[in-house]
Amino acid sequence: MGRLFENGNLALFRDGFLQTVELSALSALFALLLGTLLAAFRVSPVPVLRLFGTVWVNTFRNTPLTVLFFAVVFGLPRLDVHFDNFTFAVIALSAYTASFVCEVLRAGINTVPVGQAEAARSLGMTFGQTLTQVVLPQAGRTVLGPMSSVFIALPRNSAIAGAFSVSELYHFQQTMTDLGYGIFLVFFWVALAYLFLSTCVALFFRFLETRLAVAR
Amino acid sequence: MRTRRTIAAAMSVLALTAVAACGKEAPVAASDTTAKLPTYTVKTDAKVEGSKTFDEAKKRGKLIIGAKADQPYLGFENVTTGTREGFDIEIAKMIAADLGFGPDKIEFKTIVSANRETSLMGGQIDYYVGTYTINDKRKEKVGFAGPYYVAGQDLLVLKDKAEFTGPESVKGKKVCSATGSTSVTKIKEYGPVDPVTQYDTYAQCVDKLLTNEVDAVTTDDAILKGFAAKNAGKLRVVGKTFSKEPYGIGLAKEDAAFQKAVAAALKAHEDNGDWKKAYDATLGLSGAAAPEIPALTN
Repeated sequence: MGRLFENGNLALFRDGFLQTVELSALSALFALLLGTLLAAFRVSPVPVLRLFGTVWVNTFRNTPLTVLFFAVVFGLPRLDVHFDNFTFAVIALSAYTASFVCEVLRAGINTVPVGQAEAARSLGMTFGQTLTQVVLPQAGRTVLGPMSSVFIALPRNSAIAGAFSVSELYHFQQTMTDLGYGIFLVFFWVALAYLFLSTCVALFFRFLETRLAVAR
Repeated sequence: MRTRRTIAAAMSVLALTAVAACGKEAPVAASDTTAKLPTYTVKTDAKVEGSKTFDEAKKRGKLIIGAKADQPYLGFENVTTGTREGFDIEIAKMIAADLGFGPDKIEFKTIVSANRETSLMGGQIDYYVGTYTINDKRKEKVGFAGPYYVAGQDLLVLKDKAEFTGPESVKGKKVCSATGSTSVTKIKEYGPVDPVTQYDTYAQCVDKLLTNEVDAVTTDDAILKGFAAKNAGKLRVVGKTFSKEPYGIGLAKEDAAFQKAVAAALKAHEDNGDWKKAYDATLGLSGAAAPEIPALTN
């Protein structure tokens, strides 16, 4: 177990870990923004937007993430879209996770009594105002539990980026294995790192739940 | 807007199939090499005294050999026909023949690099042939017979790019290799664009090379020769190696009797010309002449 602390391995591990954190955090942010926007699309009165949201969710939720990575990393350059691999990874992860965020939020929106929206409308609020100030805050609080599942899964999904030229934790594992270190040792530390990340996310959501519990 | 999206989607799908095809295409010359591949006489009276691995294989009635599946002309699984082709596969077969197992009594198992030691130590495979570099760290866990081939890190580039003459030419160029491989560490000393592009398979790197997104793919020349042969006329291996990778046959560590038998079988086939024939019918198709057969050290 102590082999992690010899000849520069720790630095590799740290870099891999930070890269995973950075990738997960950025993707989480974009997934949340995009997912919220998609949820708004799906409950909006505009048919085109509703269709767009539905197509997006059904496409990305049903595509295996590895395939999606392939499409982004190898497909986009063929359309003359060139980014570095980290950006590609963020794109793939955000697009994928956003579809789950959207569905969770939409379920939350359905729990908000119709009277709330109607009251907001009768006060003269626009659709946008009704959604952002009345419906979404309540919906978001309701679905903190399932939302935490989505964001706990995100860092673990981010491991796929390691196979597409992003030097994160999975990449660290490959490097160590190639150097000939025991597989148990390497996986022990990598698993520990992922566990740590998941726990942090879970605790953060628990904190949010205690703060934002819906009083109904 | 809609047409654009449709086109984008279609292109992604196309790209996907193209990439998928990288790993599936049967090597172009597979059909005309089969004629030249040597056949090996199966020994009927093969005995290895006091070898647990051999006894178990005998009881099972077949050998289980670990191999790679994604290295054309080296260790390649032709998914359409279900056959395995390549230089490493031939080495595996000639040894099996001396142990008394014909081609019909061999089961190949695809084992990725990361799982080689684990599957040898756990006894899931009897031996492993697949660009397995002999080194001290690995010797702590597994046994080796060999080396049967000394590869060296090299560069694969587009044929018309004459500016690549050796590892020094990668300065400021985009280089691609397999995720976390030692090749990455080594090429970094020559100052390519940082970070080095890394994918899980070399086929993906070669795809990026063919679409001009990276300038060179780097790893052992044996692997590169296979890809050069597969993409005949488009790519070339630079041919200036800058490392030594002695390939060995991976074995269970504690089975010394089996190790001796495998080494003896390898030696016999090197001496009777099978080794050379196998090379010419596989990696030799890349146009690179056969290197010296290395002396056995394990």
